[in-house]
Amino acid sequence: MEQLVSRAGLWFVIVIVAVMAAAMAHDGGFAVHMMIVALAALIGLWVSVSGADYAAIAKGILRTPDEGKYDDDPIRWGVLATVFWGIAGFLAGVFIALQLAFPLLNLEPYLNFGRLRPLHTSAVIFAFGGNALIATSFYVVQRTCRARLAFPGLARFVFWGYQLFIVLAATGYLLGITQSREYAEPEWYVDLWLTIVWLAYLAVFVGTIVKRKEPHIYVANWFYLSFILTIAMLHVVNNLALPVSLLGSKSYSAFAGVQDALTQWWYGHNAVGFFLTAGFLAMMYYFVPKQAERPIYSYRLSIIHFWSLIFLYIWAGPHHLHYTALPDWAQTLGMVFSVMLWMPSWGGMINGLMTLNGAWDKVRTDPIIRMFVLSLAFYGMSTFEGPLMSIKSVNSLSHYTDWTIGHVHSGALGWNGMITFASIYFLVPRLWKRERLYSLRMVNWHFWLATLGIVFYAASMWVAGITQGLMWREYGADGYLVNSFADTVAALHPMLLLRAFGGILYLLGAVLLVINVWRTILGHQREEAPMTTASYDEEADRPAVAVPAE
Amino acid sequence: MSLTEQHKKLERNVTLLGVGAFVAVAIGGIVEIAPLFWIDNTIEEVEGMRPYTPLEQAGRDIYIREGCYVCHSQMIRPFRDEVERYGHYSLAAESMYDHPFQWGSKRTGPDLARVGGRYSDEWHVQHLVDPRSVVPESIMPPYGFLADNELEMGDPAARLETLRGVGVPYSDADVENAEADFLAQADPMADPGDLLDRYPKAQIRDYDGDPAKLTEMDALVAYLQMLGTLVDVDSAAAQEELATETGR
Repeated sequence: MEQLVSRAGLWFVIVIVAVMAAAMAHDGGFAVHMMIVALAALIGLWVSVSGADYAAIAKGILRTPDEGKYDDDPIRWGVLATVFWGIAGFLAGVFIALQLAFPLLNLEPYLNFGRLRPLHTSAVIFAFGGNALIATSFYVVQRTCRARLAFPGLARFVFWGYQLFIVLAATGYLLGITQSREYAEPEWYVDLWLTIVWLAYLAVFVGTIVKRKEPHIYVANWFYLSFILTIAMLHVVNNLALPVSLLGSKSYSAFAGVQDALTQWWYGHNAVGFFLTAGFLAMMYYFVPKQAERPIYSYRLSIIHFWSLIFLYIWAGPHHLHYTALPDWAQTLGMVFSVMLWMPSWGGMINGLMTLNGAWDKVRTDPIIRMFVLSLAFYGMSTFEGPLMSIKSVNSLSHYTDWTIGHVHSGALGWNGMITFASIYFLVPRLWKRERLYSLRMVNWHFWLATLGIVFYAASMWVAGITQGLMWREYGADGYLVNSFADTVAALHPMLLLRAFGGILYLLGAVLLVINVWRTILGHQREEAPMTTASYDEEADRPAVAVPAE
Repeated sequence: MSLTEQHKKLERNVTLLGVGAFVAVAIGGIVEIAPLFWIDNTIEEVEGMRPYTPLEQAGRDIYIREGCYVCHSQMIRPFRDEVERYGHYSLAAESMYDHPFQWGSKRTGPDLARVGGRYSDEWHVQHLVDPRSVVPESIMPPYGFLADNELEMGDPAARLETLRGVGVPYSDADVENAEADFLAQADPMADPGDLLDRYPKAQIRDYDGDPAKLTEMDALVAYLQMLGTLVDVDSAAAQEELATETGR
């Protein structure tokens, strides 16, 4: 009972402090955010008071968790959150793609492109991708350590604290609260909150590894660990800033100009390297062998892959700043390491793909395996394209154009999206104790819609980017520039339409995911023909018998 | 011992694994970023750079708030076409007081590093209110609300003080006069005091065509009109200075 009272008291204090901060706020945005915090704390208060088992408390019974089962509640929530934020992020993406094709869709001030674009990027990277990473890491670390999650209360804090971070970030963008650091836009107080949540995440993850029953730490956990540690380092350093007031949202970056630019892109590139690569490679190292029912191809390659990838990735940031005012030595260093990075990236792809040795027939019969294979194929393609684009002479054409946008989407839609979808399809029947998915044929449709969507997206952005780059630098026989900037904008219109079409296909695929996950959780099973379609004709399946002449 | 045998030590000890991974990821950043803070010719000093006036800084804060950097770069690369299209390539010193930097990563719209003085105030206001009325091909969102929103002054001195905290060399006089400077720059009838001594090349006028009130449009246009105007990149002095730089 005492524990319940002190917990309710803590929630109450948070409500009061947040309401006071809202009342004294220096700007409207900060006030709105503090009210959101107060609301979240009120919900926490209500849940802890109304959800408590008073009968058990009165009898002095302490409910202990079932030690014979893995702690899967936060994982189930995480899978649902991944699906929900995925749809939100893809919808935002389709909408801003349409805004670029039809500028009338900009509804000032809150729904202008400049405010919605960070909403889209954060929703897909941090809300969709982040929830997928947290949920799968909690799933994988328990299974590979044969141990329940350490600190179950803290694990729940990580989940809900992370959702609060997402809500504060997303509403902040609409309200115009931003640091303007790409993929690190939330302001100082949201950054501090995320730091707390992230350290709790590290504690739960490492705590579970410490209490493991297996002597070895499985390779997936190396990748998760390096992802959590490195993101902590990047997040803290890149967000160093001085707030104007403790009751206002505005802050100014600790660094300026050149130093600020390289700090930001050291962060930005490694948000890709560790959030979207190392973390998702951890998913690959667990789910691909599981679904294929084959051990990982090479243990030795895993070791080389891990250390070379994490060491080399960090250096590649300056390739975002080629030919800028960043010193040449740093640009060259960034380019050289980016090209070297090609090797560990493909090493990892090969380790994943070769795991299918002896099970390649499953690519034909199992659409989930097909998704894993395609995600690895896109990982290979975008990690080849990346080093190519980081070569200075290529970059002089590609930088500032839609080619970059196409490149990140072949990675994000192809690699991150596909491996997340496949992992969700793997997890849902197991987490909700269902015999199988609602429909495997629906997974197949999802696969083809998403694949077609990516093809439209990447192809249109290649054409758009190269068109843009060539038009900007086109000189006539008279020695003057041929195109005004406005000409280059007009030329891209058809490509922007095709890109939006690709995005819509991808979104449609994700809608099928929602239906499939929903029906599976409800326990429905669609009656459908099996995916293996090699025909069998009983009539033909008999020896030829000589028929006597009449 | 083979590589895999040695690695087994790391695989059995989460502390060793964590420390090893952290060391591996820390090295690259330290080698690339830290030297930028002490190698002198990272930022070659040029004549003319000064911190932003309070009004320009307010405009810059609006530029950031609206996410202009999402589509507009402020970094001209040293290529013939870019220099002819946008002006002299950007120098590191030109963003030395930019907390945060606004170099951008994408040109859905043109570069703005030297947009100051290229168009009239009226053009900027018209273009921000209805971009397609002046550039039919434009896909820029409209920003008419800026002309309606009165500029919330907040506490300009606190903003300057904060910027001073992260290294921008505002003088005590700059901080003390922040609020007066703020109002004076957008009002040609007011007494600017020593504004122009403390902020050379500052432009004093009503920017949004509505002298009656100080709007967010005033601040944003004031910022756009000063971009790239501080350093006279084509002056003989600037060229000589660059030519005599050590280490070249």
